[in-house]
Amino acid sequence: MNTNSSALKIGETATITAVNLDEIPLKLLEMGCLPGNKITLLQVAPFGDPLYFNVNDSHVAIRVETAREISVLKDN
Amino acid sequence: MSSNLIKVALIGNPNVGKTSVFNELTGLNQQVGNYPGITVEKKQGVCKLSDSVKAKIIDLPGTYSLNASSIDENVVIELLLNKNDEDFPNVAVVVTEVENLKRNLLLFTQIKDLEIPTILVINMADRMQLKGIELNIPILEKELKTKIALVSSRKKIGIENLKNLILNYETLSTEPCLHASSIDPDYFNNLRRAFPNQLLYKLWLVITQDVNFLNLDRNEIKSSFTKSHADLKRLQQKETIKRYQFINDTLKIGQKIDVSKASDIRAKIDRILTHKIFGYVIFFGILMLIFQFLFDWSSIPMDFIDETFANFSSLAKQNLPAGEFTNLISEGIIPGIGGIVIFIPQIAFLFLFISVLEESGYMSRVVFLMDKIMRRFGLSGKSIVPLISGTACAIPAIMGARNIENWKERLITILVTPFTTCSARLPVYAILISLIIPEKRVLGFLSLQGLTLMTLYLLGFGMAIFSAFILNKYLKLNCKSYFVVEMPSYKIPMFKNVGINVLEKTRAFVTGAGKIILALSIILWYLGSHGLSDDFNNAEKNVVAELQSKNIKLNPSLIEDKVNAYKLENSYIGYMGKTIEPVIKPLGYDWKIGVAVVSSFAAREVFVGTLATIYSVGSHSDEETTIKNRMAAEVHPITGNKVFNFATGISLLLFYAFAMQCISTLAIVKKETNSWKWPIVQLVFMSGFAYLTALIAYQVLK
Repeated sequence: MNTNSSALKIGETATITAVNLDEIPLKLLEMGCLPGNKITLLQVAPFGDPLYFNVNDSHVAIRVETAREISVLKDN
Repeated sequence: MSSNLIKVALIGNPNVGKTSVFNELTGLNQQVGNYPGITVEKKQGVCKLSDSVKAKIIDLPGTYSLNASSIDENVVIELLLNKNDEDFPNVAVVVTEVENLKRNLLLFTQIKDLEIPTILVINMADRMQLKGIELNIPILEKELKTKIALVSSRKKIGIENLKNLILNYETLSTEPCLHASSIDPDYFNNLRRAFPNQLLYKLWLVITQDVNFLNLDRNEIKSSFTKSHADLKRLQQKETIKRYQFINDTLKIGQKIDVSKASDIRAKIDRILTHKIFGYVIFFGILMLIFQFLFDWSSIPMDFIDETFANFSSLAKQNLPAGEFTNLISEGIIPGIGGIVIFIPQIAFLFLFISVLEESGYMSRVVFLMDKIMRRFGLSGKSIVPLISGTACAIPAIMGARNIENWKERLITILVTPFTTCSARLPVYAILISLIIPEKRVLGFLSLQGLTLMTLYLLGFGMAIFSAFILNKYLKLNCKSYFVVEMPSYKIPMFKNVGINVLEKTRAFVTGAGKIILALSIILWYLGSHGLSDDFNNAEKNVVAELQSKNIKLNPSLIEDKVNAYKLENSYIGYMGKTIEPVIKPLGYDWKIGVAVVSSFAAREVFVGTLATIYSVGSHSDEETTIKNRMAAEVHPITGNKVFNFATGISLLLFYAFAMQCISTLAIVKKETNSWKWPIVQLVFMSGFAYLTALIAYQVLK
């Protein structure tokens, strides 16, 4: 199912299909947030933001607004 | 090359244990300074490689890649691109961590493109078995065109091997591991033709970022080879993907991971520490523990130091020949130094706690936990680190705000951080609290004085948050908000790292603040023991005359007291204090407190030292008195009431909680915001607010 990474549930894994280069900082790309790589939602902070992901084996927290710019395809 | 000094640059991502490797290589043989013109910390040390060869090791700031997004990262690029820099390395040592090898290697492949001899350190090798990781070192060395040192700085394994590799750096390959230029062959071919003598990757870096580049005219390259910002970013993404492809291919044959063995301790701890209720409970529990600890425990060495210096002072007075010089030592210098040394326990404890929280990986979880709440006040979750380390000192804290990506959030963090209770306020609070708050315990174990201190800390935080809220409303700045926080794996802090950090920070604080305090206490002593007018020089005559005229008979020691008090009042300092008295009287301060307040404008901790100097001028010289006892005994000359009563004490506490009494902080804010506007705003707002609250508090309580 095509969606963006902010719509994942805790524990769900997906494959990144595209990232919006205008909104995604280079640093995140360098951590491996790139098309083709796996992304798993690990934790959600209290009040629903930020989100804590495992991207390409990097453990990283980003805000929901950034997570929305990462398009993913959910694994079945 | 037959040089006996090999220059080594230590490079790596944050959180890979680069500093541990640095500490293992150099031991205590290290210096910390600043890069010229900017406030990035520069760490270097010396390591003995063999009987005749030494290595000069430079610990560069942690960076994720050679695409700089902060001043700290810029330092790395500028050094590696500038062959004329005196620190340009003979060999680069890239530190990576065994669990994050994939990501860490990105930076490695970039460094290799610069064609500098490069050694790859794979740190935390002791965790390989636990995590089910197997590495085929010969294959990795061949694919990455380097030599690998498997190191565990925690278990002290592999350091000797690393030293050997550094010693033999000349045998290392300088060939890049992949050809990044294939992402856009036409563009790069043109670039190569235009600048045949330059390294292609270097040109690419110069085009994509703002590096001061000495021997290349940047404008020239820029004008003919510039692409739109979006195009450049697309190319950078392509480059990154290409590098990851290479890394994935390499790791496929060089690394085996048995997923079943990988324990998920991190996930389990995360679930508790970032829990929506327990997470906060644990965080506030830790904060509370720190403050109770700080006040209850450090009072033991502090009392000891206080008394020791009082003893020193009277010893000096008794054993040195009487005269100006002895007075300077026993009344100016010794109490002055005592006023600095007394902070050491509390500052060391604070830095200890902060560095344990950072080293263990817990601080990132706090950032995660607090981001949403902090954003409501225009701050970022990352502001929590400056706000907490601001409890040690605002200066490193304000520098720590650099990793906040959004300028508005960063600016607000810089502006409000000085409200947090820094260690320089501690001695002021400590002495005032012990004077006006009784030594009682509530609920049997919480000390009332400790609780008061905690309230003051909370007040500082509260004020910081409140002003952030106001600033957020009225600052009109539009910034894209980026927020990327790495969540490192949990580690038990290494004693050596924490120890060196505490030692370094405490020393820097004591020598930095110490110079100011020492100089001021000498000046104050002079101003307090000298005067111009006839009143000062004829003090004894005047006092005796006055007593006789009123027909009062006193014993000689009381007369001496009166003479000294009279002298102080008519000294230079007395005049200065009296001049400002009308301004500070409504706050409940006499002119002596006024002098202390004014002289502590340079640095808050000077307050206690100043009072020590002023009072020792006016006290019995043959008695040992601690500053605290002396302050407790001070009475108002007219009313006969205690000077440090509850109302004055509270008024002073509030004044010091809010006022911008620190020149160094103003200087650093100027540097970090690059304008005089913000430090001036800060000074006027904070000190004005402080005056107002102190005024109200005194008028209500008196």
